[in-house]
Amino acid sequence: MKSVHRKMTDEVKLYGFPGSPFGCRVETALKLKGIKYEFIQEDLSNKSADLLKYNPVHKKIPVLVHNGNPIAESVVIIEYIDDIWKEVPILPQDAYEKAQARFWAKFIDDKCIPAIYNSYGNVEAVAEATEPLQFLENELNVKGKKFFGGDNIGLVDICACYMAFWVGAAEEALGIKIMTKEKFPKLKKWCDSYINCQVVKDSLPPRESLVAYYKWRFGKAE
Amino acid sequence: MSDIVKLYAFRGSPYSCRPEIALKLKGVKYEFIQEDLKNKSADLIKYNPVNKKVPVLVHNGNPISESVVILEYIDEVWKGVPILPQDAYEKAQARFWARFVDDKCIPAVFKAMVSRGEEQAVAEAHVQMQFLENELKAEGKKFFGGDNVGLVDICASYMALWVGAAEEALGIKLMPKDKFPKLIEWSDNYINCPAVKDGLPPRETVVGIYKTL
Repeated sequence: MKSVHRKMTDEVKLYGFPGSPFGCRVETALKLKGIKYEFIQEDLSNKSADLLKYNPVHKKIPVLVHNGNPIAESVVIIEYIDDIWKEVPILPQDAYEKAQARFWAKFIDDKCIPAIYNSYGNVEAVAEATEPLQFLENELNVKGKKFFGGDNIGLVDICACYMAFWVGAAEEALGIKIMTKEKFPKLKKWCDSYINCQVVKDSLPPRESLVAYYKWRFGKAE
Repeated sequence: MSDIVKLYAFRGSPYSCRPEIALKLKGVKYEFIQEDLKNKSADLIKYNPVNKKVPVLVHNGNPISESVVILEYIDEVWKGVPILPQDAYEKAQARFWARFVDDKCIPAVFKAMVSRGEEQAVAEAHVQMQFLENELKAEGKKFFGGDNVGLVDICASYMALWVGAAEEALGIKLMPKDKFPKLIEWSDNYINCPAVKDGLPPRETVVGIYKTL
């Protein structure tokens, strides 16, 4: 398919925020494909005029601006990146495998992340938080591969960065256990493999900042 | 090779109608299996063990769940009458608006319905609907998909039929013509497309469902 938007020098900007798992997704996708981009850090309490212009509907990060054209919503952005830059594919080629990847990406966003987030500062909700994770554990079990994407990272791995990094930081900050090795051996192994990929390492925020943030946001007042 | 296509769905659900419309648009033969949502079949649970919901498309024994995932799958497998744009940027915009309909628009409108037209809930629904109204205005198109029905139109079936049915059943105003002239015009055009008409449930069915709310 002709990449109508590729120019001699593509101009790629990413409006984001370093602690955001959704921004991290997009950065991982860009780095995976070796795409040069400018990162524009937003102050979420004082959003720039540009961000509001590029994402008037949600006024949120991340927003990718490719040759002046804005795209919002992390999964929409990743699919766009995959459509335009063909090297190192993120989605499977096969239509059925692609549908499965999209299904799991949606499951992570609709079920996993909200349930986990709900459990911060709410101990009773921890059991509910682990229920959706069991499906991801089973998926890894059944697939028997290193990543959700197979031998290489794919859409689902990228979307699950929250589980790989953010959850551990929250567990440490709040003294809670959501993703135990006993209950989720495959997921824990996957987390290690995932965050040790160079492009992922390069996209993650410093762990201490995240731990400090969670302590401040959800920690019990002294 | 003859494809075997089955659709596990519930006639009356705005999500179930989406794959039906897509299949009819592309002239794909399929078997419709009506689920009793209070007593879901063993097959449905087998094919969608994660969410246990309709719709589920089963293509040659392979199940796909989640209405928008199903729509994209249908578009990739059956190439005639495209539902998504060819251009990568246009495709991204279509996906963005489909998500907006599901994540923001429908929940706000549903809240307004359930509150029986409470002022604040309706005002919030209107905020979301205004984005769709503006999108139709800005592009000056007959459909969100352009000259023909596309992904966003199919996802917005809820606005075209369910909103009007709720207005009738509950005696409330959700989409006034003076505020949303483009949306109203689009609704008329959309529900009168042959494939769409065939894929939507009868209006009385939906009115009936809302009357029991």
